[in-house]
Amino acid sequence: MFLSRLSRLGLRIAKDSGQFSATKRGYFSRHFSHNLHLVNNCSFSTTTIGNVHEEGSEQKETISVTFVNKDGEEKLIKVPIGMSMLEAAHQNDIDLEGACEGSLACSTCHVIVMDVDYYKKLEEPTDEENDMLDLAFGLTETSRLGCQVIAKPELDGMRLALPAATRNFAVDGFKPKPH
Amino acid sequence: MGQLLLHGWKLISRGFSSLTPHPLRVCIVGSGPAGFYTAEKMLKALDGAEVDILDRLPTPFGLVRSGVAPDHPETKLSHLPETWKQIVVNQFSRVAANERCSFFGNVNLGTTVSLSDLCKMYDAVVLAYGAESDRYLGVPGEDLGGIYSAREFVWWYNGHPDCSNVSPDLKNTDTAVVLGQGNVALDVARILLRPINELETTDIAEHALTSLRESTIRKVYLVGRRGPVQAACTAKELREILGIKDLHVCIQKADLLTSAADEEELKKGRIQRRVYELFSKAATSHQQHDIVGQRELHFMFFRKPDRFLPSESGNTVSGVRLEKTCLKENGASGKQVAVGTGQFEDLKCGLVLKSVGYKSVPVDGLPFDEYRGVVPNMKGRVLSLDQAEHAIVEKGLYVTGWLKRGPTGIIATNLYCAEETVASILEDFKNGLLTPSSGSPKPGRQGLLQVLENKNARFVPFSGWEKIDTKERMEGELRNKPRKKITTWEELLLAVDG
Repeated sequence: MFLSRLSRLGLRIAKDSGQFSATKRGYFSRHFSHNLHLVNNCSFSTTTIGNVHEEGSEQKETISVTFVNKDGEEKLIKVPIGMSMLEAAHQNDIDLEGACEGSLACSTCHVIVMDVDYYKKLEEPTDEENDMLDLAFGLTETSRLGCQVIAKPELDGMRLALPAATRNFAVDGFKPKPH
Repeated sequence: MGQLLLHGWKLISRGFSSLTPHPLRVCIVGSGPAGFYTAEKMLKALDGAEVDILDRLPTPFGLVRSGVAPDHPETKLSHLPETWKQIVVNQFSRVAANERCSFFGNVNLGTTVSLSDLCKMYDAVVLAYGAESDRYLGVPGEDLGGIYSAREFVWWYNGHPDCSNVSPDLKNTDTAVVLGQGNVALDVARILLRPINELETTDIAEHALTSLRESTIRKVYLVGRRGPVQAACTAKELREILGIKDLHVCIQKADLLTSAADEEELKKGRIQRRVYELFSKAATSHQQHDIVGQRELHFMFFRKPDRFLPSESGNTVSGVRLEKTCLKENGASGKQVAVGTGQFEDLKCGLVLKSVGYKSVPVDGLPFDEYRGVVPNMKGRVLSLDQAEHAIVEKGLYVTGWLKRGPTGIIATNLYCAEETVASILEDFKNGLLTPSSGSPKPGRQGLLQVLENKNARFVPFSGWEKIDTKERMEGELRNKPRKKITTWEELLLAVDG
């Protein structure tokens, strides 16, 4: 139901992805440097990327997903098909909360799908997921709960941004949606 | 930016902890979500932190135990063996099991131990004791029998030892009026309307179950000053009550008409939009309305209580006089506020539950904003005013949860709230503000134990709670429910000895 607004959103996502990939090389980027994956700032809009992946996804057991943390640092991980992004994040020491451990009672595993084309490949959120997204900080049009995004071949190459945790910690230029 | 700093704090504090001659001694008052998340974050962030959690009750977990409705659907997710409530309790119990963490139940701030005592004994004191009182409506007749705050009613059905004798009379009337339309209002209405067999397998207090089994209440009115666009509930809770089996839901279609200002609010607010959609759907959906003794839920919008009407005896409530309202835009805030129209109507009822907000209560020596009902703070640092009315930071004193931001949000909101307060503590620690510049280090836990001993005050350690827990579960098992709550102070303390 949010798809109707996606054209407007495209611009915003582009802006956001530009914002996030301005990598700050602090402690964490050094720490994770072997995984650091520099990407084209605005690579979101090409449908061809999706097609290529679909063609090349035969019997893949894992997919590649990039998490972009609150400081704009990136980490590329392999996620087994069928695993939730919350679980994958925890296995890879990515700072995603997940307070309710996937029981759909909070929104602390909120992730932002940085590429609209990947967002479209996900199943529509259920009412229960939307109820929790209602309460998420920094909600965007491509927000999802990490516990509800399950790895499947079409999602290979997806990039997920972790939103700023609170209103007070909001990253400049990353505008929380009023609610 | 903020996050970068936060990481910086973590690093520096880790460096510090290996250098500090004595641990950072932290006392948290209140063991609900705000308190436990603070303890968890504190212990994780600082290896040298020693955390004591105080609670005035012998039982921990605050509103997770006495606030969360017992009948929330067990969102049965196939891959999870446990409910959300149990998951949270397990997480908090793991925190309590940390060797650097101790629980002191049955210790009351203000009577057992004073705030100034705590500040003398600990490097940092974090107040997380929530909101244990109620906002007052301030209309005539508010003290009549049969009128309760939603908090009292919730504590009663959840077996809080302070409200085990509230005993609302559910047998003298067929109508209850709930003032307010937030999630707590929906909770209490749902408990009154839900078929009893659906409550029997929950951990609802036994006395409440008995009373609800005999209840003659068939109609519940949920009264709101404003319209369906401004209702304070969230979609999850609204869907839950609308989904009660065989419930007849009444919403006036005329109330669903929206003004331009309403449309603007709907455009901006995702929650409002989804809540309004649910109201619209419920108003238009076909409902069976010929079941004998069917229960009814009436949403009454655009009404505010003017006074409570006494029964013939003069002691109990027999109805509420409501004034119709309309919405006016408030220039300053841009929000729409309800104003009276001078038209009144009486609604007969034998039970009134006021659900217009919880309120925090200050303790001696604590700065408090009476108007907002919170402790003035800067990212969790308690602020007071000096003689020139300038805000100054109360060194070593912090606040988190409802006492810090007001009684709103869900359990997980406290996680972010705790994160912010803990970040402030770490920053102050890093800047040397929490370590005494001269003299001996603060005694922490030893000091507290000494005070308790001097006062001959008996505290309940976490192992004491575990005894209560075991007893409750065992007795619950016999009745095919998760637990049978112990609901009086005497029995709770007896179970600790057990």
